Amino acid sequence: MADYQVHEYDVLVIGAGGAGLRAAIECATLGAKTAVICKSLLGKAHTVMAEGGMAAAMGNVDKADNWQVHFKDTVLGGKYMGNWRMQQLHAQESADRALELEKWGAVFDRTPEGKINQRAFGGHTYKRLAHVGDRTGLEMIRTLQDRAVAQGIDVFMECTVVDLLTDGGRVVGAFAYWRETGKFIVFKGKATIMATGGIGKMFRVTSNSWEYSADGQALALRAGAELIDMEFVQFHPTGMVWPPGVKGILVTEAVRGEGGLLKNSKGERFMEKYDPKRMELSTRDLVAKSIYTEVKEGRGTEHGGVWLDISHKDAEYIKKKLPSMYHQFKELADVDITKEPMEIGPTMHYVMGGIRVEPDNGAATIPGLFACGECSGGMHGGNRLGGNSLSDLVVFGKRAGEGAVQFAKANQGSIRVDEAQIKRAEENLLRPFASNAKHTPYDVHFELQDMMSDNVGIMRTGEDLKKAIASFPAMNEKLRTSRVEGSRMFNPGWHLWADMQNMLLVAEVVAKSALQREESRGAHTRLDFPKTDTGYWESVNSRATVENGAVNVGVFEKPTMPGELKSLVDGESK
Amino acid sequence: MNRMTSGNKVTFRLLRGEGGDNLKEVSYDVEAETGWVVLDAVLNIQAKQAPDLSVRWNCKAAKCGSCSAEVNGRPRLMCKTRLDDLDTTQPVVVHPIKSFPHVKDLVTDVKWNYEVNKRITPFTPAPNADFTYFQEDVDRVQEFRKCIECFLCQNVCHILRNHEAHDRFVGPRFFVRMAGLEMHPMDTADRTEQLAAADGVFMCNITKCCTVVCPEEIHITDNAIIPLKERVIDRKDPVQWLFRKLAGKK
Repeated sequence: MADYQVHEYDVLVIGAGGAGLRAAIECATLGAKTAVICKSLLGKAHTVMAEGGMAAAMGNVDKADNWQVHFKDTVLGGKYMGNWRMQQLHAQESADRALELEKWGAVFDRTPEGKINQRAFGGHTYKRLAHVGDRTGLEMIRTLQDRAVAQGIDVFMECTVVDLLTDGGRVVGAFAYWRETGKFIVFKGKATIMATGGIGKMFRVTSNSWEYSADGQALALRAGAELIDMEFVQFHPTGMVWPPGVKGILVTEAVRGEGGLLKNSKGERFMEKYDPKRMELSTRDLVAKSIYTEVKEGRGTEHGGVWLDISHKDAEYIKKKLPSMYHQFKELADVDITKEPMEIGPTMHYVMGGIRVEPDNGAATIPGLFACGECSGGMHGGNRLGGNSLSDLVVFGKRAGEGAVQFAKANQGSIRVDEAQIKRAEENLLRPFASNAKHTPYDVHFELQDMMSDNVGIMRTGEDLKKAIASFPAMNEKLRTSRVEGSRMFNPGWHLWADMQNMLLVAEVVAKSALQREESRGAHTRLDFPKTDTGYWESVNSRATVENGAVNVGVFEKPTMPGELKSLVDGESK
Repeated sequence: MNRMTSGNKVTFRLLRGEGGDNLKEVSYDVEAETGWVVLDAVLNIQAKQAPDLSVRWNCKAAKCGSCSAEVNGRPRLMCKTRLDDLDTTQPVVVHPIKSFPHVKDLVTDVKWNYEVNKRITPFTPAPNADFTYFQEDVDRVQEFRKCIECFLCQNVCHILRNHEAHDRFVGPRFFVRMAGLEMHPMDTADRTEQLAAADGVFMCNITKCCTVVCPEEIHITDNAIIPLKERVIDRKDPVQWLFRKLAGKK
């Protein structure tokens, strides 16, 4: 007899951050029997860490704002690499999604007129980010969580999906284990929505949590789907750099949005050299590279960062608008940000690339699979603007939900899962318990983090990238033979072993995509190809697939923006 | 404050074991780096010495409320507890939170909280309500909405911890949640009957342990629980009822 539970749903949503919850809410609203499956407890997903706000052109503060300007900002911020249709839908619908959150109980900070307040952020022409101090993500996830709970959606918490199940190329379910007991569980679903977030844990210095192990991207690849734009990895300009224990923890862009200044060790506002017009509120790719350059050229702080200073603002105002930053520095670094500058440097933060989807309904390139949020690609192109992620989650979460329900309704027949696939997944997952090798998955993890940070980081060269690519066979083998000890009950070493398979696969995609793109654009900087190529490389997106375990990268022609949208982008800024 | 430097040896005694049986403290020595928090040490022990050591964590920045534990007997977030604020000449003792069933090592089964949460009447605005409201209307609601669900308040509340009244008392976390709903300017639902009966708000005898341990510094007792008790009493008062009726309030 099979040693696993089986559950059947119309739609499976994998991941319970902003995108997954918004997708699940849509599915349930449309009458689909829906399950949410998530690795952590409900409400702990990465969205909870988002700080600065949600971009939505409501025009509550700057009346001149509208979706057209938001669209243009996003296209320019993405360095022309983004999918125009996703960027259009996002700009048009994010205001409705913000107001919807408010109707579901989210309590955003207010304007004097009693509307949702909006703040300035890098790359946004107008004050555009709906926010709650610097804990906007918490507000968003709690609102969505409460809504999903009120709808009675089934949530499988602390349950990790390790493989998608397919039937003739169509995704029909997922194989998972309970983190607590280590027991296996099979989900059958007419449609599956991937909403698993990012890939940050393959880097040494990152603002991402343990959950960001590239699961959705890897599962989709192994099931036959395509990824795009994976060379575009965002390094947030401002992470903590000191003390070592906190290295990488995010310092919200809202510090700059509220007037924070960047200075080098000589006290110069160095952004004057790199982007005199927008200064501190330039796009993240540019600010991160500027900081990198200042430090590299010897104008960094003692611990290899630069200064971010908001202390010229009124202390009470800082505490009101940036409360968690105030506490974070006070408690973790003994720095009072109302009096002293913060020491900061770039930290890996976000991946622009991801699962290739249809803009309107989130459908991946294989039937039955949908994706939304950070694990999907296309929306942000070569660089994401701050605040465009929280809005992305709810705009495309809703759309992926609609797409999945439509697919489920059109494919009502009974679901057949392949026992052989399940057996293979089980055997694979139990193999490391039999190893008595000296090395553990943690050793492989540190090796991967060092390799990615040193060779596939913020500044890249063909030589380094080739070195990285050449190291994957050995790392894969090392993982395969590594040792997991203890029982199957809540065993982090074992969990990491499973996650590492995903990280290694997707890391190879990132390195190969980065080697392929022989230019510098947005978050992808090649020291051996320092110029942006407005010809060929601007006309193509990269794509990646896996066949028989081998990673293949290539390109496809970037969809052409229609004339009326192009004129919005080419028109004069107001 | 004594700020230690990298390389100091610190001994940790972590509670280990599965399902409540054979639980024992196990010692680990680590070389601590400057500015480490307890979670850094626990994750280091996990990576270098005890790969199957169970612990919950996510953000490592005091925003998600996953890494709650009892450090030297005090309920804390491990990601917010710096080693140099502890006496590291003595072993640092880390136990899981206690008001819920033990699973393994530093992990407890907190599912009960998620079940309780399902019973709460959700946010209920009037149909087609105009959502114009002002900052001063929501300052107090925003305080409650800071809650990161670390459940440290649930852990220390003696009604749950000592009296194990889980079947008739929802605990401070959910009074905070209900206060946030009840005081939301756009909400129209009335949760007072549930608060008084099934949720047991009057069982709270204001010892304020919850407020003391809250990492978000929410004034749980003063700003949430006491006003909720008053609301329940008001609601039963016929004069107050008539006043609300005439004023058109809920």
